[in-house]
Amino acid sequence: MSAAEERLIQQSTRNAWLLSLPALIVLVVAASGPLLIVLIYSFLSPGQHGNVIWEFSTDGWVGILWSKDIFSEEWMLADAHLAIFWRSLWLSLLTTAFTFIVGFPTAWFIATRPPKERALWLFLITIPFWTNLLIRTYAINEVLRKEGLMNTVLMGMGITDMPIEVLYTQTAIFIGMTYVYLPLMVLPLFAAIDRFDMKLLEAGYDLYASRMQVLRRVILPIVKPGIIAGSILVFVPSLGAYVTPRVLGGGKQMMIGNFIELQFLQGKNWPLGAALSMLLLVIVMVALLVYVRYANKGSSSHG
Amino acid sequence: MTEAVTIEARNAVKAFGQGDHVVRALDDVSIQIRKGEFFTLLGPSGCGKTTLLRLIAGFEMPTSGSILLDGADITELPPNKRPVNTVFQSYALFPHLTVAENVGFGLTMLGRPKAEVQKRVAEMLALVKLEQMAGRKTSQLSGGQQQRVALARALAPQPKVLLLDEPLSALDLKLRKEMQVELKRLQTETGITFIFVTHDQEEALTMSDRIGVMSAGKLQQVGSPKDIYTRPVNRFVASFIGETNFLPATVVPGGVKLATGDVIEVATTRPGAVTLTVRPEQVRLVPAGEPGAIAATVKFLVYFGTDTHCHLELADETEVVARLQSPANGDAGIEPGQAVGLRLAPGAAQVLED
Repeated sequence: MSAAEERLIQQSTRNAWLLSLPALIVLVVAASGPLLIVLIYSFLSPGQHGNVIWEFSTDGWVGILWSKDIFSEEWMLADAHLAIFWRSLWLSLLTTAFTFIVGFPTAWFIATRPPKERALWLFLITIPFWTNLLIRTYAINEVLRKEGLMNTVLMGMGITDMPIEVLYTQTAIFIGMTYVYLPLMVLPLFAAIDRFDMKLLEAGYDLYASRMQVLRRVILPIVKPGIIAGSILVFVPSLGAYVTPRVLGGGKQMMIGNFIELQFLQGKNWPLGAALSMLLLVIVMVALLVYVRYANKGSSSHG
Repeated sequence: MTEAVTIEARNAVKAFGQGDHVVRALDDVSIQIRKGEFFTLLGPSGCGKTTLLRLIAGFEMPTSGSILLDGADITELPPNKRPVNTVFQSYALFPHLTVAENVGFGLTMLGRPKAEVQKRVAEMLALVKLEQMAGRKTSQLSGGQQQRVALARALAPQPKVLLLDEPLSALDLKLRKEMQVELKRLQTETGITFIFVTHDQEEALTMSDRIGVMSAGKLQQVGSPKDIYTRPVNRFVASFIGETNFLPATVVPGGVKLATGDVIEVATTRPGAVTLTVRPEQVRLVPAGEPGAIAATVKFLVYFGTDTHCHLELADETEVVARLQSPANGDAGIEPGQAVGLRLAPGAAQVLED
């Protein structure tokens, strides 16, 4: 290799590094940096008016499950916190399951349309993204409230005499999150079903499988990557949801997101808020690992 | 002796579309396929052969008419209730299952015990010589191996009829020849009735016990490969299977008279204007002016290796092709422009119905 060629290779390597510099800066400054600050804050002591005092303390982390009795200053197990964690987890799982149940037939329907029509259906699915989340959530609020659209229609049709009080319940949060996150389930499912070879349906059907067996033994295992992607895309933001439980839960039905906000604003307990944020991150990562692990295991047991 | 009929289609019609745009993919087809035979449905794409296969498999319902299996009407039965299996053109192997799981799929769905499924899968893999591949994913196999898996998968449940939808079309020539032999062997060994769909006339001639030639949704002729080749009933069958010459002629006592005035001895019951067909290999060249020979002029020669095609023109400008076996030095010994005589091998000429 000539010296000139070597210089060229060196130069192109240097250029590659230079070109990836913006991405590296964004990664360090925008992702790792703030996370590191949150991690450090979670081990400090709360200040009087918010902020933190630079004094090491594990109270932030202990405060996740225990709270100090106001009078005796003793640590007591915080039932209220547990209820919030449980509600967040349960509502997120429910939302994921329900968006799948609704999203799968929707995605199947779109994927089996003629190619020309398909673009239109996908476009319709993405329309909600054009409006701000807060506004969409208030729209749901408007539908669900006591004198809202739902109750007016139900009572008008004589199905109920009394308005159903859904708003500010867990059901309202569940309905809202399902509505908000449904497209995130439909799109990856569509991508997976679109790649699915429809001849396999005939092959399964030809080999004595009933319709249910074709669904269970052929379709679901093959579109599994789409199911996993969709579930992650719905579950992760559901767990950290803030706007939806705030607007539809009315502050009575708190989820982790609202609980964290509370610590930073009214609660003025930044270390606890920081610890909760880190906890949320860990839960999401563990959930992802378990899911991916399970998914790989599932497919490897077939081969 | 009448042989037992396995599959029968009675006046099967399949129409697609609505209103003014109805297309009859299958137009009143009746056919009987015998037990244990290798039956080929042959025709150009869009002739309705695949539609007929899909009616037998149960993927489509006939618009009218019925499908019978061993004498019982199965027109309304869904595919999973018919003891009929299909080898798909694209193989349609399950990508999430191993080779062994693919082969065992049908038996598992039938609820057979695990031990029986395993035993049968091993037998089938041995039959198609893929024992080593049992644990592989189907995507790790070559085209020919995938083809074998598709065959084993369809044969494993021991169907009464195996349907093969152009299964060899995706393979290269050499592999296709191998699989033709393989298919014939499998059919003989298993004794299962095979219904094979192809547009390749050579494939049909070499493999089949009987051939059904289809065109424009109709069954044109059913018969043994020899019947179809030597006694085609109409112009379509004659031209679709092999190469042939068409000569306009009129019926005269004792034979037909060509436009050139030459009389050919041939049996026919039809009067008036007819078309005479004769295969290129049945045309012999003789020296010009030989008594009883048809006068012709050599236009050009095409060398094919084993034989040479000699394109000739008769006095009335009808073109005739003669296939001559190439001599040892490859030189046919005739030149374009040369005057020659033609003789048709005795009994080789056929009068066509239309």
